[in-house]
Amino acid sequence: MITAFDLAIVGTGPAGMAAAITASELGLSVAVLDEQPEPGGQIYRGVERLAISRAKHLEWLGPDYAAGLDLARAFRKSKIEYFDAAQVWQIEPVENGRLFYKRNGVTGILNAKKFLIAPGAMERPMPVPGWTLPGVMTCGAAQTLMKANGLAPEGKFVLAGCGPLLLLLAAQLLRAGVRPAAILETEVHRWAALPRLPGFLAAPGYLGKGLALLREIQSGGVPYHKGVTHLAIKGDTQAREIEFACSGVTHSEPVDLVLLHQGVVPNGNLAWSMRLAHEWDDAQRAFRPVLDAQGRSSNPAVLVAGDASGIIGAKGAQAMGQVVACAAAIDIGRISKQEVNERAIAAHAELAKHRGARPFLDTLYRPAQQWIAPRDDNTLVCRCEEVRAGEIRRLVLEQQCPGPNQMKSFVRCGMGPCQGRLCGLTTVELIAECRGVLVQDVGYYRIRSPIKPITVGDLAALDVPLRSDAVNP
Amino acid sequence: MFKPLPHSTDASVPVVVNGAAVSVPAGSTAAAAMLLGGAGHTRSSALSGEPRAPYCMMGACFECLMEIDGEANQQGCMVIVREGMRIDRQMGKREVRE
Repeated sequence: MITAFDLAIVGTGPAGMAAAITASELGLSVAVLDEQPEPGGQIYRGVERLAISRAKHLEWLGPDYAAGLDLARAFRKSKIEYFDAAQVWQIEPVENGRLFYKRNGVTGILNAKKFLIAPGAMERPMPVPGWTLPGVMTCGAAQTLMKANGLAPEGKFVLAGCGPLLLLLAAQLLRAGVRPAAILETEVHRWAALPRLPGFLAAPGYLGKGLALLREIQSGGVPYHKGVTHLAIKGDTQAREIEFACSGVTHSEPVDLVLLHQGVVPNGNLAWSMRLAHEWDDAQRAFRPVLDAQGRSSNPAVLVAGDASGIIGAKGAQAMGQVVACAAAIDIGRISKQEVNERAIAAHAELAKHRGARPFLDTLYRPAQQWIAPRDDNTLVCRCEEVRAGEIRRLVLEQQCPGPNQMKSFVRCGMGPCQGRLCGLTTVELIAECRGVLVQDVGYYRIRSPIKPITVGDLAALDVPLRSDAVNP
Repeated sequence: MFKPLPHSTDASVPVVVNGAAVSVPAGSTAAAAMLLGGAGHTRSSALSGEPRAPYCMMGACFECLMEIDGEANQQGCMVIVREGMRIDRQMGKREVRE
């Protein structure tokens, strides 16, 4: 027998946790699934464990991270059914559809009237020469190692790219007594961002926190190279050297570890696999699902909250989780619009404040063209299937390959184990650039379930038919 | 490439990384154990054979595919260590077994 819920929530980051708490308070029966063994998402990863055994690390990571503890505790207390370490690999995007997940090696199925997905964000791919070498990771990866595993980089390491996360990581490592050899900041757009400053100033605490981070990095004595226009990582079997150019001068430094970062984008594979309508967000240079103000998608069975809806940050995601849970409760018919009004209006106002800070940040840290459409032909774009930028350009210009799905047919680009997560945006940007059209006219990969790794044996062990007409049309 | 930070009362979990005994903090992932064990590369590409290592640490990139307790193609960053876990590099693609 398949257990049925009013609402199934995917993700236990700030959006998913807040949505779960709100939905249960509004009287919905709620299932919450997340692939990690503990709540928090990537932003609050490991926060419960740190409070027990690594209080000092909690301090180093800072108050914005520690704030996740209250949310995680409230989430644990809420009346929901929580499936931890559960990888959701397929959702039938219909009302009363089935959700398939793998947990402890076994496939489970549950049923829900509606689905609220909050799969969060991932770091934007930053394909530079040598980015597949061991000794090259993302800033987020290093931060995850600090949060979840209590580890910090050793040896000579640099942070390269731009964005709030890069600066935050530098400050967090400095607090732990770990000093980056350098920050190589790619171009930021201060003058273009200036007209968008008022919204940023109106958002609570953003400016103060940003300036405090910069002061920490400065007083930590980290060499800070600004306006970097070229990056290449060199080495045989391991990153050994980083080459970078700024102000027209090329430098080269020996290095043990390079941490790349070029902002974050919606983690989109679940939404794409459910065939939700998407639109191109030019300010954030990423696709996002088309949503109404309450997070309702193009499919009446599916709502989206948090960074997966477009990047809004942890606090914004938390507020949006509340907003979208209210909409779900109304749509399911558990509560009237009037009854939920006060709560929804407060959450909306909170969300609007955080959303107001984005235009400034999006403009300031907008990635320059060379970081999203690599100039060097030899740079790997698709890490899994080893497709290089030059090959993609050649197929568009010489073979008239029009889009990312045709690129799959030509060279298997995006068809490896990561299912296009690490090459999708780069591929469509390169195709758009070569064709001289907009990215929205190029589109994206057709993402199909299973969106998480399962075996043929897992499928064979299912004792129910997979209703293929509801998925992947 | 990585070292444990001080001020932790996490218990240590003994695991075996590429045949060598390594102690890692409880709650760590297999990919973190590899990095702590100084593995360098943790797999080689199934296509070209070039060396690769964990990249995103959040389940997105699949660069940390490794053999865990003899089972190939495991996402090392998604698996929490257990006492005695055998974590090995995966060279090339997974072999089909009976």
